Amino acid sequence: MLHLWLIPAFPLAGFLANGLLGRRASKAFVNLVAIGSVVLSFLWVLKTLAALGPMEHAHIERYFTWIQSGDLQVGFDLAVDRLTAVMLLVVTGVGLLIHIYAIGYMAHEGGYYRFFAFLNLFMFFMLILVLAANFLLMFVGWEGVGLCSYLLIGFYFLKKSATTAGNKAFIVNRIGDFGFSLAVFLVFLGFGSLDFGAVFAAASQRPVETSAGALTLIGLLLLVGAAGKSAQIPLYVWLPDAMEGPTPVSALIHAATMVTAGVYMVARCAPIYTHAPLALDVVALVGLATAVFSATIGLAQTDIKKVFAYSTVSQLGYMFLGLGSGAFSAGIFHLVTHAFFKALLFLGAGSVIHALSGEQDLRHMGGLRKHTPITFLTILCAAVAISGVPPFSGFHSKDAILLAAHHRAPWMYWVGVVTAGMTAFYVFRAVFLAFFGTYRGHHHPHESPTVMTLPLVALALLSLGGGYFNVPRWLEPLFPLAEEGHDAVLVYISVAAGLAGIGLAWLFYVVRPGLADRLTDRLGWIYNLVYNKYFVDEVYNAAVVEPCIQGSSSVLWRGVDVGLIDGAVNQVGVKARSVGSILRLLQSGNIRSYAGWVVWGSVLAILAFVLVGGAR
Amino acid sequence: MTGVPLSWYLILSAVLFSLGVAGFLIRRNIITVFMSIELMLNAVNLSFVAFSYQLRQVNGHLFTFFVMVVAAAEAAVGLAIILAVFRNRGTLQIDEIDSMKN
Repeated sequence: MLHLWLIPAFPLAGFLANGLLGRRASKAFVNLVAIGSVVLSFLWVLKTLAALGPMEHAHIERYFTWIQSGDLQVGFDLAVDRLTAVMLLVVTGVGLLIHIYAIGYMAHEGGYYRFFAFLNLFMFFMLILVLAANFLLMFVGWEGVGLCSYLLIGFYFLKKSATTAGNKAFIVNRIGDFGFSLAVFLVFLGFGSLDFGAVFAAASQRPVETSAGALTLIGLLLLVGAAGKSAQIPLYVWLPDAMEGPTPVSALIHAATMVTAGVYMVARCAPIYTHAPLALDVVALVGLATAVFSATIGLAQTDIKKVFAYSTVSQLGYMFLGLGSGAFSAGIFHLVTHAFFKALLFLGAGSVIHALSGEQDLRHMGGLRKHTPITFLTILCAAVAISGVPPFSGFHSKDAILLAAHHRAPWMYWVGVVTAGMTAFYVFRAVFLAFFGTYRGHHHPHESPTVMTLPLVALALLSLGGGYFNVPRWLEPLFPLAEEGHDAVLVYISVAAGLAGIGLAWLFYVVRPGLADRLTDRLGWIYNLVYNKYFVDEVYNAAVVEPCIQGSSSVLWRGVDVGLIDGAVNQVGVKARSVGSILRLLQSGNIRSYAGWVVWGSVLAILAFVLVGGAR
Repeated sequence: MTGVPLSWYLILSAVLFSLGVAGFLIRRNIITVFMSIELMLNAVNLSFVAFSYQLRQVNGHLFTFFVMVVAAAEAAVGLAIILAVFRNRGTLQIDEIDSMKN
C-alpha cells in the first residue's frame, strides 16, 4: 500500500479547513492551508512515483466496496499507471504554481478564503478523476470538477454576466455528462463491470468493429461527454464565456487541467476506441473541425482572455485530432505541453490585467513591454511555444500530432498546418497589441509582485523545455508508437506555417499598424462573421434556448401547470362544493328528520342483509 | 327447553323497540323522546338477555350491564342538557329547537 488516497485527501482537507474556518481566519492561514495542501499532494505524488519506479503494470489500491447492487459492484479503487502519472504531475505541478500565483492575483479580492476553498475542492475532484480505477468513480470526479468550474466561473456572483456564464457552463456540460452516463450504462450492459482493468481486457478480446456496433456506440457516447468537458464542437460554447471567472481559474481549470479531462478520458479508453475505428474517425473529425473553427474566431477577438480561450478550444481540438489519428500518446503529450504554455499565457494575461487594474481589452493596451518586462518575456516564451517554433515544447507535441494526422489522412495534416499558422498569428497578434506600440489606456501599468512573477518564470522554463519530457516514449507500454517514417519535409512545412503566422502578425501589428484595419474594412462581412463568433451563440439561442423557454412558458407553464395541474385541483374543489350544495339540503336542523333518516337507513340495511341471505 | 320460547322474547323485544322508534319520531316533547330512547335500549337489553339464556353464555348479561351503565350516564347528562335548554328557551318542544340550522 502506497496510500494513494492521500493524494486527493490533502486538497480535500484544505477545502474543509478553508471552507469551514477561512472566513474568520487570517489571510496567512488561508494561504498556508491552500498552498500547503497542494504542496503535500505534489510531494506525495513524487514519493509515490519514486516508489513505483518504471510502472510496467498499473498499481491498483482497493479500499472498500462503494456500491453493491445485484451484479453491479463498484469499489472505491484508485490506480496509478504511466498515463495517470503524467496527469498527476501536470495537475499537482501546474496546479501548485497557479495556487501560488493566485495569492498575488486575488490579494485585493473579496471572498479570498472562498476562492481558495473552491480551488482546493477542484484539486480534490480532479485528482479523483485522474486516479479513479473505474468508470463510476471517474464520473464522480468528472461531475465534481464541473461543479467547481461552475462555482469559480460564477465567483463574482454579483456580476450578472458571471452567473450566466456559470449556468451556461453547467448546463452545456450536463449535455455532455448525459452522453457519458449513457456510455457508462452501456459499458456495464456490455461487460458486466465498470472496472477499467476488466472492461479494457474484455474490449481487447473483441474483434475490431468494421461497422457500427456496441463499442462504436460506447465510443461515440464517451466522445459526447468528452466534447462537453473539453469544449469541442458542438458543445464548446461555454468555454469562452467561462473567462468571466478570475484569471487563475481560467488558467487552472479552463486551460491546463479540467478541460483536458476529456482528452485524458478518451486516451484512457483507448482499448475501446482502437476496436471501434468509426468512433475514432469521429474523434479526429470533431477535433480537426474544432481546431480550425475556433482558431478563425480567435483571429478577431479583442478581449485578451477571449483570444486565449478560443486558442484553448483550438488546441484541445488538436489533442482530439491526435487521439483520433490513433496517436494517443501524441494527444497526451500536447496536453502536457499545452498545460505549461496555456497556463502561462493565461497567468501572463492575468498579470497584464492586474497591471492595468482590470482592463482586458487589447485595444486599450500596448507598449506594456517597458512597464511589465517579466510578464512580457514569459508570455513571449509561451507564444513561441504555442506557435510550434523549434525547439520549444509546442513544436514537439504539435509535430507529433501533425505527423500522426498525415499518417492517417494527408488532408488532415494540411488543415492542421493552416490552423497552426492561424494559431501563431492570433497569439502573436495579442502579444504585439498588448506589449508593442504605444500605450493606449488610462491606467498606470505596474509590474506584478514576485509571488505572481515567480510562477510565470517557472512555467516559462517548462514551456521552453517541456518538449524534452519524452511523453510518447514514456507512454509506449500503453500506446505503442506507430512505426512511421519521420518525414523532415512535413516538419519544415508546419514550422514554416508557424513562422509565417508570426511574421504576418509582426507585419500587421508592428510594422504597418494600419494594415489590419484596412484589411478588415475590405473583408467587411467575413470579418463581421468571425468577430461575432459565427453567431453560434445566437443560433443556439434561437434553436435551443428560446424553444425551451417558449415551450416551458406556453406549454409547461400555461398548459400543463395552469391548465392541467391547477385545473385538476380547482375542479376537485368546485365539484366538492357543488355536491355539498346538494347534500346540505339534508341538514334541515330538525332532529326528528335526522332520526327518520337513521330509521330508514337501518331498514334499508336490514332489507339488504335479508336479501343477500343474512349472516352465516 | 321448557317455558317461554325464545321467539316470544324476541317478538316482545321487537315490539318494544318499534314503540320506542315510533315514540322517538312522533312525540314532540323532548322528555318523551328521551324516554323512547330508554325504551329502545331496554328492548335491546331484553333480546341480549334472552339470547344469553338460550345460548348458555354470559356475554349477553355483560353487554346488558354495559348498556345499563351507559343509559344511566346518558340519563344524567341528557337530563342536565334538557334542563339547560328549558332554562334558555322556556320550551321543551323539539321542533322549536332548531338553531343548528341557522
